[in-house]
Amino acid sequence: MQKTYYDPKDLKDFGKISEWDQELGEKFFEYYGKVFEEGALTAREKSLIALAVSHTVQCAYCIDAYTSDGLKRGLEREEMMEAVHVAAAIKSGATLVHGVQMMKKYDKLSM
Amino acid sequence: MKSLAKRKNSLANPKNQIALFNSGVFANGELPIFKQKVSESNQYPLKPNKLEIFQVNLGYMCNQVCAHCHVDAGPDRKEIMTTETMQLCLNKLKESGATTLDLTGGAPEMNPNFRWFVEEASKIGVKDFIVRSNLTILRANKKYYDLPEFFKKHNIHVVSSLPFYKKGKTDKQRGDGVFDASIEALKELNKVGYGITGTGLKLDLVFNPSGAFLPGNQSELEQEFKKALKEDFNISFNHLFAITNLPISRFLEFLVASENYEDYMDELVDAYNPEAVKNVMCKNTISIDWNGNLYDCDFNQQLNLKVATQGTHLSEFDLDALQKRDIVVSQHCYGCTAGAGSSCQGTISD
Repeated sequence: MQKTYYDPKDLKDFGKISEWDQELGEKFFEYYGKVFEEGALTAREKSLIALAVSHTVQCAYCIDAYTSDGLKRGLEREEMMEAVHVAAAIKSGATLVHGVQMMKKYDKLSM
Repeated sequence: MKSLAKRKNSLANPKNQIALFNSGVFANGELPIFKQKVSESNQYPLKPNKLEIFQVNLGYMCNQVCAHCHVDAGPDRKEIMTTETMQLCLNKLKESGATTLDLTGGAPEMNPNFRWFVEEASKIGVKDFIVRSNLTILRANKKYYDLPEFFKKHNIHVVSSLPFYKKGKTDKQRGDGVFDASIEALKELNKVGYGITGTGLKLDLVFNPSGAFLPGNQSELEQEFKKALKEDFNISFNHLFAITNLPISRFLEFLVASENYEDYMDELVDAYNPEAVKNVMCKNTISIDWNGNLYDCDFNQQLNLKVATQGTHLSEFDLDALQKRDIVVSQHCYGCTAGAGSSCQGTISD
């Protein structure tokens, strides 16, 4: 058993998840591929969204993959960092907005 | 920045680069050597098709010192092709039946006999010229200012490097001020008709990644470049070639120093595309160095891997033997077969 939870090499083996359930694995990768095709959004825009989401879900594999993908697409570091800040703003906003619930509950229970 | 040769870096010696390719991950079996990979798709040994292109390296002197340069070119390189060798090139070009004269360097325009060579080639009937221009040379000195007109006169296909359509990435890879000078040169080329629809004067740009990663989709990048250069500078061009950085010379130095070498080779091997092997440039090209030596490609030239025939110099040119030769390969060849493939004409498979 490896000594760390994450091994960068595991990313290359992602496709192997189909080995244990071919039908669902193949459906997932078909869906995944379709999602990233050029559509109403460009593939470049989708790559930036993926990078931002990778940070919110804190997926080390995804950050690795979509940083490389962004470089290949000619994304600049300013664009990538702005995307990460958008993700961070939403994530911190999502925490803070629950403060309203806390405030209401506090006020309701307090004399 | 100075060339590896000037800095006496160990990688300036091609033997040390080859030794690196034959050690580490390729020696311990972690990654397959190129020969083995090509054998798996029954394409080894690589054999040439009909010879079409003479790619002549007029010398390693250049006004730029790009971080990724596979030639290790720069102002401190003094290797320059003489008119005698140029004449020999023309004699053998005619004898061979090759149709294209592809001029590279260094900055080929810096060879003092560059114009003479093109004019003499025109006289013997060469119509298909390519010049690989770094752009900035066109604005480096007044004596080069009329080159766009010269290119036009001989209907030369101009292929120019521009790593990105913005200043930051371009200057980081190619040196401070390169982007602005390149834009100025592109405007001059547009002015005489290069890259303009209907003129027939071809101006193609070359994109190569600014780091240890493969180029993205060529047609998507082309669209972005076209849009940005048109909107920001009113510049037009014909096509964009996305070229993979081959792990040799100064780019190899970067890979090793940044500890990206093994991962980059892994990525190249992983992206190996047997379809791309069918159209690699060594199939229809012969590369000639400033001294008249023959190679399968400009990369092999920089690694001093001469053609595998009895005669390896223009003076011993034997078309029949060259057509029958086995193309010399090593691990750097993965750079031409990764993904959609890569050649001096960009991607080579769908």
